Amino acid sequence: MCGIVGLYLKNDALQDQLGALFEPMLIAMTDRGPDSAGFAIYGDEVGEDMVKLTLQHEDPHYHWHELAGQLEEAFDASVSVLHNANAAVFKINADEAGVRGFITDQAPDVKIMSVGHSIEILKSIGLPEEIAGKFNLKGMKGSHIIGHTRMATESGVTMEGSHPFSTGMDLCLVHNGSLSNHNRLREELKKKGIVFETENDSEVAAGYLTHRLQSGDSVEEALTAALDDLDGFFTFTIGTRNGFAVIRDPIACKPAVIAETDDYVAMSSEYHALTTLPGIEQANLWEPDPGKVYFWGRD
Amino acid sequence: MTMKFDLKQQTVRELNQALHDLPKDATDEINVDNLMGEHNVAVGLDQPISVNLNGHAGYYCAGMNQKAEVVINGNAGQGVAENMMSGKVHVKGNASQSAGATAHGGLLVIDGDAAARCGISMKGVDIVVKGSVGHMSAFMGQSGCLVVCGDAGEALGDSLYEVHIYVKGRVESLGADCVKKEMRAEHLEELSQLLKEAGCEDDPAEFTRYGSARQLYTFKVDNASAY
Repeated sequence: MCGIVGLYLKNDALQDQLGALFEPMLIAMTDRGPDSAGFAIYGDEVGEDMVKLTLQHEDPHYHWHELAGQLEEAFDASVSVLHNANAAVFKINADEAGVRGFITDQAPDVKIMSVGHSIEILKSIGLPEEIAGKFNLKGMKGSHIIGHTRMATESGVTMEGSHPFSTGMDLCLVHNGSLSNHNRLREELKKKGIVFETENDSEVAAGYLTHRLQSGDSVEEALTAALDDLDGFFTFTIGTRNGFAVIRDPIACKPAVIAETDDYVAMSSEYHALTTLPGIEQANLWEPDPGKVYFWGRD
Repeated sequence: MTMKFDLKQQTVRELNQALHDLPKDATDEINVDNLMGEHNVAVGLDQPISVNLNGHAGYYCAGMNQKAEVVINGNAGQGVAENMMSGKVHVKGNASQSAGATAHGGLLVIDGDAAARCGISMKGVDIVVKGSVGHMSAFMGQSGCLVVCGDAGEALGDSLYEVHIYVKGRVESLGADCVKKEMRAEHLEELSQLLKEAGCEDDPAEFTRYGSARQLYTFKVDNASAY
């Protein structure tokens, strides 16, 4: 069992409150996932020639400015650094592959959580309330956010096994369910060059999407293909630069409920997590059909 | 006597305990506000009381109900009225998966749609859905009636035993061993009665009956020794 929550703002005037609206949604799903939690927030976009990275290090006193200095020298570009607990957001005028390669070589202890123009992924083991507090979720602004509370089944309770999983530039995945063909699929994807860090089944789903998207699929095409290639139970929520997508396995083993008003689209594993949203009593409320791809976002 | 509860102020456990503590012959009317998607609201009732629930319910609302009449003024989450024995549960909105699962008796009325597996393994309950039902509804249904005024999803009535299924709209597909059957006078009578009890105006003559062809392994007398 795990919990999934997502909130996409249609009304830009609410962007300052995104974190504050979302925090109680994440905490409400503690019953479904008390061992780890995380979220991917979208906003504070950088220019097209820049990249934004969310990095983590086990040491909360890690010297991010030293790493930033090395990057500035190597890429001859300024780096802006924003600390957040044991994570940091770097913005740099450089290409994704170059920066990723540099950090992997020069600072192998640093974990790259996300890369993109808009996305920031923050996650940890522990209770959702603690994690929301640690990263000051309620003070965060943005256009949309997806989150996950985990009750581990297929692999251990580690930061690496917690969600969301990055699946490419500005893309991420959260998963409720369990996959039964992840071992074979992982071996096939490894042969195609996808790198895995854990034995986690959701990481395989993320790796699968990464591979499909790298091969030229749209998000919708990749998710439609996933319905055939992934065996098991799943509700996925996929964050993109412009919005988020939701898909349930064709048998609909795992729950999902959607609420839509003029101001927002919200999704959750259970209605319980939506009750703190403004105007929820009047919201259009429904369950997504099994085996169907839904997307909400800006065109 | 009338009792009032507000789940913003009180816990589900307090509500359920207060209901369970009522005497066996109680006929109280109980109003509960702000359901907030809480699970297990008004489960295990065993008195002829009326319970009005205001808001959207979480999982297993009115589960194991006996004798009580429960009205949900909102949507219901998974497993509403699961394992009901008697009484009546009325959902004014939509119901999620597995509504009326394994229920032995009573009447479950859903004004909106019901999701997948409505009436799964039903054992005597009558279910009337004014909207449509999702896939695998009445799966392994043993006894009782499932009435659907809208459409039915894939694999309706798969591995059915003796449940009578009546559908007015389109059936996406029939499950293993489920077949269309003749609507005889006794079926029209049974359906008319259920529609009336559920407050439906639909014409029974517009419904089609489905039931078990009794061709699966369990129906073969040669296999009886296996049990």
